[in-house]
Amino acid sequence: MVIIIRPKKRVTWNDIKEIWQYRELLYFFTWRDIKVKYKQTAIGITWAVFQPFMSMVVFSILFGHFGKIPSDGVPYPIFVFIGLLLWQFFTSSLTNASSSLVSNQSIVTKVYFPRLVLPIASTLTNFVDFIISSFILICLMIYYQFLPNLIGLFILPLLLIITFMIAVGSGMILASINVKYRDVRYALPYFMQMLLFVTPVIYPPSIAGKYSWILAMNPMTGVIKAARSAILGTTPTNWLLLAISAIVGVLLILIGVIFFKKTERFFADVI
Amino acid sequence: MDPIIESKNISKRYNINHQRGGYISLREVLTNAFKNPFRFLKKKVARAFSTKEEFWALRDINFKVRKGEAVGIIGPNGAGKSTLLKVLSQITPPTIGEIKIHGRIASLLEVGTGFHPELTGRENIFLNGAILGMPKIEIVRKFDDIVSFSGVEKFLDTPLKHYSSGMQVRLAFAVAAHMEPDILLIDEVLAVGDAEFQKKCLAKMHEIIKKEGRTILFVSHNLQAINQLCPRSILLKNGEIVKDGPTQEVLSEYANMSNSNSDKYGDLTSSRIRPRIGEMDTDFSWTKIKVLNSKGEESTNILFHDPFEIIFSGEAMKDCPHTVIALGLRVKSKPENDYIFMKTQVTDGFSDYIKKGINEFRVKFDINILAPKIYEVAICADGHKVFDWIPIATELNILNLGIQPDISWRMNHQSGDLDYPCTWSINQSLNKI
Repeated sequence: MVIIIRPKKRVTWNDIKEIWQYRELLYFFTWRDIKVKYKQTAIGITWAVFQPFMSMVVFSILFGHFGKIPSDGVPYPIFVFIGLLLWQFFTSSLTNASSSLVSNQSIVTKVYFPRLVLPIASTLTNFVDFIISSFILICLMIYYQFLPNLIGLFILPLLLIITFMIAVGSGMILASINVKYRDVRYALPYFMQMLLFVTPVIYPPSIAGKYSWILAMNPMTGVIKAARSAILGTTPTNWLLLAISAIVGVLLILIGVIFFKKTERFFADVI
Repeated sequence: MDPIIESKNISKRYNINHQRGGYISLREVLTNAFKNPFRFLKKKVARAFSTKEEFWALRDINFKVRKGEAVGIIGPNGAGKSTLLKVLSQITPPTIGEIKIHGRIASLLEVGTGFHPELTGRENIFLNGAILGMPKIEIVRKFDDIVSFSGVEKFLDTPLKHYSSGMQVRLAFAVAAHMEPDILLIDEVLAVGDAEFQKKCLAKMHEIIKKEGRTILFVSHNLQAINQLCPRSILLKNGEIVKDGPTQEVLSEYANMSNSNSDKYGDLTSSRIRPRIGEMDTDFSWTKIKVLNSKGEESTNILFHDPFEIIFSGEAMKDCPHTVIALGLRVKSKPENDYIFMKTQVTDGFSDYIKKGINEFRVKFDINILAPKIYEVAICADGHKVFDWIPIATELNILNLGIQPDISWRMNHQSGDLDYPCTWSINQSLNKI
């Protein structure tokens, strides 16, 4: 094995292979984040259930009950919860990924490993929360005696992968910016709040009428819409919209990796 | 044989801008501005007009290391030692140059990198091992060795945050010591832990080098340790290699190197001197300290058995009668008041009268029986309306270059801070078998 250290390095296929070599570290970082996440909290992992559940209750009362927002003929709590489930996975993945380098500063400045491991690991961590809060969805369906479209469930992994790509791709870009400009930390939560309103989480995209193409530019629209069509079976799946989301996801992850790799070598100096 | 590490013209430039760091709090800025408005302004102006924004931490570093070699890297503060290790371990890229490394490299720039306080000792062993690049199978295989070396068996399933700092360090070093890379880079790891543990670490490192034939690059201020562990050393100064060769030669070059340009010690007026115990309305304060070697050159590196002199001065606002001046010597990292000796000028029979202006004191050690260790020099002025006590005014590094590494290893196991001159004789019965 020969390592050559040079001032400039191009992004090569080897960088991806290197992540595979370091898969154990990826596993350990993910494992650490999951273990540590709810340590020293009184109700522990219940938080993973509690947060989306409360949002669902609040949204159901505000928008479903008072706002009378249409929900494609499905009980509003179920309708909003499918959106929330994916949305929460997306936001927490993006937030964690973008702060992953800074919060592991002491490791970044002392040890070498492919830095890409960090944003990926902190995104993987959120799968656990996703699975746990999925149980609420099942409970809701039982409560409302709603029979989901079981065949449609098979599309869920694909949707999760697309969401993962969008979150990790943009997370990598934000993480490398965050190394130098900590503004990201303050701007991101605000931005995510805004983004919630231009994503059809609490309302169906049909509500935007002829302006719904604006929503289509948001890659999460396709994902959430497809999830609803698949699970609820009330509207046909919009494959074009989903394809756009998938392409955006792939592009984001490509740009993310290249941008991250370009800036990576100076993280230790700047952080 | 091909070298295992080959460094060609490595240079590293930093922009000072980055180094300043954006994390200075507003409160800090305000207190600084308030405490010393003049200096604060001067700094601001100097910064605004300075064009010097580049800083070369390393310049044209060329060296080769063969397999199985243990190389010490020494030099004054800011010489670029740690930067070199960071470049070698791929944490930061060089600005110019190329390094070729044949083999698996692991760096130990800090003990316990990535330790998480909420995880248990057992979990942290796995996490830390993975971060240092150990495969999981290897950690599992060596788990028992690691645990027994660290001596924290009882607390394996306790969260790390309940460990004492000593236990954390022991656990961290235990993990690190069981790595099996081809090349190991170590930075100042021995600067932590109590004296007993430091000895254990040194012994372990000795074992690693001697028995397992691993290539090691070792950065340390502990020149004694370098002398014992590494047959070859590289001396860095201002980012350049000054000397590269047998450790004894390099160390004597370093010992003779004037360190007047290093500003770590010497100027005692600087607010960086901490801790400092003094009253606010004191009439007298220390301003300067230096150590002269037997040739009269300023250097804090003193050869074993070589006489030296400590010169320190302070400024008095007015005449201060009945002031006691004291000089104390303590082995580095020993408890605060554990001085080998504390000597006052009163016992030397000169007047305990301090006059207005600069007062210089000279303490000459014609007979040097200090054991080869690093010492801290404390100075104190105590009297009516006078109190200025600096526990670490300067460091004193006593170097023993006259002994071979192998023998010194046993010699260094003798305890004590003084090499007290005494003669041995032996009486043995002349019984014939």
